[in-house]
Amino acid sequence: MLYGTRLRALAIVTAVVLTGGFALAFFQAPMDADQGFMQKIFYLHVPMAMVALCGFVFGAYWAIRHLRSGDRGHDLRAYVAIHLSLILGAGVLITGSIWARASWGHWWVWDEPTLVSFLIVFLLYATYQPLRFSIEDPEKQARYASVFAIVAGAFVPLNFLAVRLAQAYTHPRVFASSTGGLPGSMKPAFYLCLLGMILLFATLWRYEMASKNTSMQLRSLRRKLGGEEALTPRGRTAAPTM
Amino acid sequence: MAAPPAIELRGLTRRYGERAALEDVTLALPAGATLVVFGPNGAGKSTLLRVLATLLRPHAGLARVLGGELPRDGWSIRGRLGLLGHSPLLYGDLSARENLRFHARLHGVGEERIEELLTQVRLDARAADKVHTFSRGMVQRLAVCRAVLHGPELLLLDEPRANLDPSGAKLVEPLIGAASGATRVITSHDPAGGLAEADLALGLRFGRVELLSPAAAIDAERIGALYR
Amino acid sequence: MIDAVVALLRKELLLELRAPQAVPAMALFSITTLVVFHFALQRATVAGDLAAGVLMVTLLFASMLGIGRLFAADHEEGGLEAFLLAPVDRSALLFAKTTALFAFLVLLELIAVPAFAVLLLGPSPSAGALARLVVVLLLADAGIAIVGTLVGAIAVQTRARDLLVPLLGLPLLIPVVICAAKASAPLLAGGGAATLAARWPLVLGLYDLVFALLAYALFDYLVED
Repeated sequence: MLYGTRLRALAIVTAVVLTGGFALAFFQAPMDADQGFMQKIFYLHVPMAMVALCGFVFGAYWAIRHLRSGDRGHDLRAYVAIHLSLILGAGVLITGSIWARASWGHWWVWDEPTLVSFLIVFLLYATYQPLRFSIEDPEKQARYASVFAIVAGAFVPLNFLAVRLAQAYTHPRVFASSTGGLPGSMKPAFYLCLLGMILLFATLWRYEMASKNTSMQLRSLRRKLGGEEALTPRGRTAAPTM
Repeated sequence: MAAPPAIELRGLTRRYGERAALEDVTLALPAGATLVVFGPNGAGKSTLLRVLATLLRPHAGLARVLGGELPRDGWSIRGRLGLLGHSPLLYGDLSARENLRFHARLHGVGEERIEELLTQVRLDARAADKVHTFSRGMVQRLAVCRAVLHGPELLLLDEPRANLDPSGAKLVEPLIGAASGATRVITSHDPAGGLAEADLALGLRFGRVELLSPAAAIDAERIGALYR
Repeated sequence: MIDAVVALLRKELLLELRAPQAVPAMALFSITTLVVFHFALQRATVAGDLAAGVLMVTLLFASMLGIGRLFAADHEEGGLEAFLLAPVDRSALLFAKTTALFAFLVLLELIAVPAFAVLLLGPSPSAGALARLVVVLLLADAGIAIVGTLVGAIAVQTRARDLLVPLLGLPLLIPVVICAAKASAPLLAGGGAATLAARWPLVLGLYDLVFALLAYALFDYLVED
């Protein structure tokens, strides 16, 4: 499958939507009385979180397909989905911290169950690449990574439940941190930002898939033309190969 | 009607990353015959044995062992083959008898067979001692017992006489030698000795078949050429 | 398959008996950890929340050691191949290992919990509180055993075995910590309220069930090549 087609068009659309979303957030959306301007980071933080979580589940889906079919292409898709979500996840934690500082004056709060769950999920997925790196045989690496991706994917909702339960008895808190209970005036900016984030993920995903596929094809062509000797030996790598 | 071959391989390929550990291996081995596999280190001899043992799955090509197709029928043929690899697959902290008992239980074999085998390889006196106190020759003899405990039809032997002195080799001969009646695949680094017990000789290099011939039709010289 | 599970389990327990690795290490580690907690928290006794926390952290970290050793003997002796060559369902290994790890954790707690009671626990729990604590611990042990077997099986194939066990295991076990700590806090508090809210055992049970199903579905992929 060619991932490089329509990449430029997609990238432009993403840039436009994101800019539009941020513009709306800046200018059109209401200023929060308590938290002030910093509250607007919500428009970045929540879409990132939603897309990252979906990305992790997306990765688990490809991992299941990989284990069932043995097709390593699915493993590559899982790898890209997870590692992009991890980067977004880092963004979620940073923006979440900024928001916490703006809202409650601390750089981190344990009261916000979504943020706390996210931290745990992030810590778990951060081991995905080191796990891959520590297994040399590419087949085995792909298989084990897929098992991990599935376990981690199933873990996300369980973890969310457990953390939520733990919080409910310390600080009951009602938060418009998801689209449940989102005031109407915030909706256009929020949805546009969410769309922009989804498009961003899609663009980056296609970009990385195109890049990896191309280098694999290049390597395979080199081998066909020049034999094994024409290839520079590849060292250990966490990324899926061949 | 001719009996189906014990082993039938067509274009068998197994990769390790980008390299091919085995590439396009084709051969047929009749039941009861002995195939000896020669080749330098890294040629794919052990890989071939492990694929036949159902431990590794073929990446391409056809592999039919004891009537079952790999990897689909691995389940049904596993109990009918015995592997003696580089690793003895014995727990050092358990006694010889306990090790064999563990294997017997996994294969559904009775305990009397354990005692018979231990006596046959002259380990009965040391049967209650922990395996980590054994010499290499004794470990190898015990490993042979483990491999044949369940009466396999197909024996896969990776340099079976490696750690054995002549008396040890003589003790295990009835179990893994031609007289055992099993179909055998043996890897060997000894052209003359290997050829002497082979019906079919296979030479591998870089995972590819360099020579495949009935043993009677070639000599040790030709085998030696593989190593150069 | 039952025969195979029993044979494998006997082998695990026999090996641990002969060359004890997991249980003594975990027990010793947990007692040392309790001493460290005394100095780190600068307290002679703990109760309620703090007691639950100290106990859970001690047990959790000690189990990391046990998980690390679970597949070590097999790996050293080339032993998983012996099992793979037998005409036995691969899940038998999963059941055997999980049961063995569960047994080791129970043995650990038989030593660590009394040690905790002696060294650091302030209030003396009533018989009812103790019984409920046992229920919580058993459910938690089941979760640790299942996740530990999965993580151990993954980690043993890698080069960075000792690092990966805690890195993978600890985040996955946080829900167990949450539920077990919340559940045991009232049981270890002075004043004898000793109630066990139903939600904690329920969530623990759900966690155990989900991971048991996952492990059953995925284990074959970890041992077959």
